[in-house]
Amino acid sequence: MKTKDKPARQKVKSILDIHQRDPSMLVSVLQDVQAEYNYLPKEALAQVSQSLDVPLTQVYSVATFFKAFSLKPRGRHIINVCLGTACHVRGAVRIKEEIERKLDIKPGETTKDFKYTLETVNCVGACALGPIVIIDGQYFGEMKTDKVKTLLESYR
Amino acid sequence: MTKRENNRLGSPQELEALRDSIIKARDPNQLCIVVCGGTGCLALGAQEVITAFEQEIEKGGLKNKLALRITGCPGFCERGPLVVIKPENVLYQQVKSEDAAEIVSATVKGNIVDRLLYTDPDTGQKITYEHEVPFYKKQKRLLLGDNSNIDPTEIRDYLALGGYAALSKVLFKMSPEEIIAEVKKSGLRGRGGGGFPAGIKWETCRKAQGEKHYVICNCDEGDPGAFMDRSLMEGNPHSVLEGMLIGAYAIGGHDGYIYVRNEYPLAVKNAQIAIEQAEKLGLLGKNILGSGFDFSVRISRGGGAFVCGESTALMASLEGKVGEPRAKYVHTVEKGLWEQPTNLNNVETWANVPLIIKNGADWYAKVGTEGSKGTKIFSLVGKINNTGLVEVPMGITLREIIYDIGGGIPGDKKFKAVQTGGPSGGCIPESSLDLPVDFDQLTKVGSMMGSGGMIVMDENSCMVDIAKYFINFLEGESCGKCVPCREGLKRMSQILTDITEGKGKEGDIELLERLSAAIMDSSLCALGSTAPNPVLTTIRYFRDEYEAHIKDKRCPAGVCKELVTYLIDEEKCPGCGLCVKACPVEAITFMGKKKPVVLDQEKCIKCGACYDVCNLDAVIRK
Repeated sequence: MKTKDKPARQKVKSILDIHQRDPSMLVSVLQDVQAEYNYLPKEALAQVSQSLDVPLTQVYSVATFFKAFSLKPRGRHIINVCLGTACHVRGAVRIKEEIERKLDIKPGETTKDFKYTLETVNCVGACALGPIVIIDGQYFGEMKTDKVKTLLESYR
Repeated sequence: MTKRENNRLGSPQELEALRDSIIKARDPNQLCIVVCGGTGCLALGAQEVITAFEQEIEKGGLKNKLALRITGCPGFCERGPLVVIKPENVLYQQVKSEDAAEIVSATVKGNIVDRLLYTDPDTGQKITYEHEVPFYKKQKRLLLGDNSNIDPTEIRDYLALGGYAALSKVLFKMSPEEIIAEVKKSGLRGRGGGGFPAGIKWETCRKAQGEKHYVICNCDEGDPGAFMDRSLMEGNPHSVLEGMLIGAYAIGGHDGYIYVRNEYPLAVKNAQIAIEQAEKLGLLGKNILGSGFDFSVRISRGGGAFVCGESTALMASLEGKVGEPRAKYVHTVEKGLWEQPTNLNNVETWANVPLIIKNGADWYAKVGTEGSKGTKIFSLVGKINNTGLVEVPMGITLREIIYDIGGGIPGDKKFKAVQTGGPSGGCIPESSLDLPVDFDQLTKVGSMMGSGGMIVMDENSCMVDIAKYFINFLEGESCGKCVPCREGLKRMSQILTDITEGKGKEGDIELLERLSAAIMDSSLCALGSTAPNPVLTTIRYFRDEYEAHIKDKRCPAGVCKELVTYLIDEEKCPGCGLCVKACPVEAITFMGKKKPVVLDQEKCIKCGACYDVCNLDAVIRK
């Protein structure tokens, strides 16, 4: 093992320890790894597979099945547009399209400068405020297309 | 904290003694400011309001006079952040942090801040008390009612309201068979969607052979537009735990899981705190209340997959595998998690259980209709004045929910349909608004109860677009294991997209109907077999809209982009230039003040930004 990898391995190890190296906690382990790195690094997946004694193929099948996981590094700011039904009938698609135009990326993509990642979510349960955009966990309700630009610019 | 609380409670007597001491230490006339800390109000800025109250109380040295409680969601999200003053239940709405000082000083003086009261839109009168607000009046809040009396991070609040008394009753006074008989008699049906009688499920699970019996609480709530389970888990997690404990004892299970969406961070947190507090008091863990019964609960966070609402998929995910369902030739109550008998109910179902045990099956069965007992929580959202969570007795009509409780459609728009049952449900038209809402009636009109999402649509909602929305949603969420769902939904999506883009052909409606029948007959799980519902109900009730798209290449609601043109009404346009600024592609040109703007159709991308910003209806959508 290279020395520079050590801290990273240590972090994943402590996550694995919290979950008592229980293979049934695979989804939770991956969630915590992603919370640490913002995505699921290849090396971390290999380490998880080894430690939990779960085949790497199964780790990958879980990591690619659930929408919450990303195998690519994501941007500094994660933008989530709610596309739940209530937001949809209140025009969420137009908000999503406006963000796409402004950042020149599609959902699931990251801007070249790694500043923003655009994602969509199927309802966050704050339907009274629709359409909703969530940036780094902060909610912005009653979004309008003409508010998008200022909102994005407030995240530098 | 007294010494006793650090100890586990060893008997029902000790539980009652603790309860008595909590109640005695409390003054029923204590003034208390209750702030909703549910996700909806937090998104509206409730945290700043809470901080402002804390500062004001600190500043005035009012700690003994005025308590502050942060609670779960009382339901009236539309008017958040919500503040209620106990014990009189004065309701303040849309409270801002700047209002804190005024509320605090008025409250200690026994006064009321008029300007923050709710105004009845029909009479124009201010309403002082929470229970007098029309939104709450017709509700029957057996489950949600306690939310404003409970700080979800404080088990003492739940105990003060009689919490865990039902658990104590079953452990010491009832046999598992008696509990099951009671739940069967109550007529409680699963609130997660299927509406399967809970008592029968428990009985089958109890009788199933296995080394271990598992109990699971489904808080994955994947239905877009539904958030009642989240609110219960955030606001009253102990009621869910108590329900699970009673169920586990009845079934003979010792291991429980709460499977909760990772998109619900507050629900995860509050459930975790509740488990820790219950363990500390010996209400969870080994030898509960000295009865010899053991039960422990773990939290598992979902990975964001709608299909995990399907029991077999959820269990696969709990085992650390991909959340794919399996065919249910053998039911999960026989062979579920780790191939062992497993009883899965959703949050709302579990929360009903302590009520049934505490008050008796007969009391519970008095509420509701012949086949559906008790109350149901709906999330009333979409084009509706009073967005929020409403808990109503089964059998109430849709009209009462939408007009009396929901306050009707905003902006004098015309009601078009209400969508119930999430992506597996259907759209119900105006002609069925007097339908009494219960499991069986909703199925009769082609929709379903589902978990309780109720999305109201007005004349500006396009029903073909809604059908496309749900099919696209389900196509994306289909796990891909079985062909009818994976390929069938893809084809339906293509056909619907063609129709909304003006490329629909004669015979498309019939083709959709044939595909629907095939998918419903041959899909592996309920995701696929109910997926065509939104298409079939919209065809059934709004066929003319489909025909307008296909034959006339026209979207009557003005939603489908390819079929819509934006025009400037030259007589109405004052040339204010708002739309010029809003247009993302510079398709609108400013021609000088008091002159109408000019829209270049070549450049227009039909995003609707101009339509949104114009206050004078000068942008026409055709």
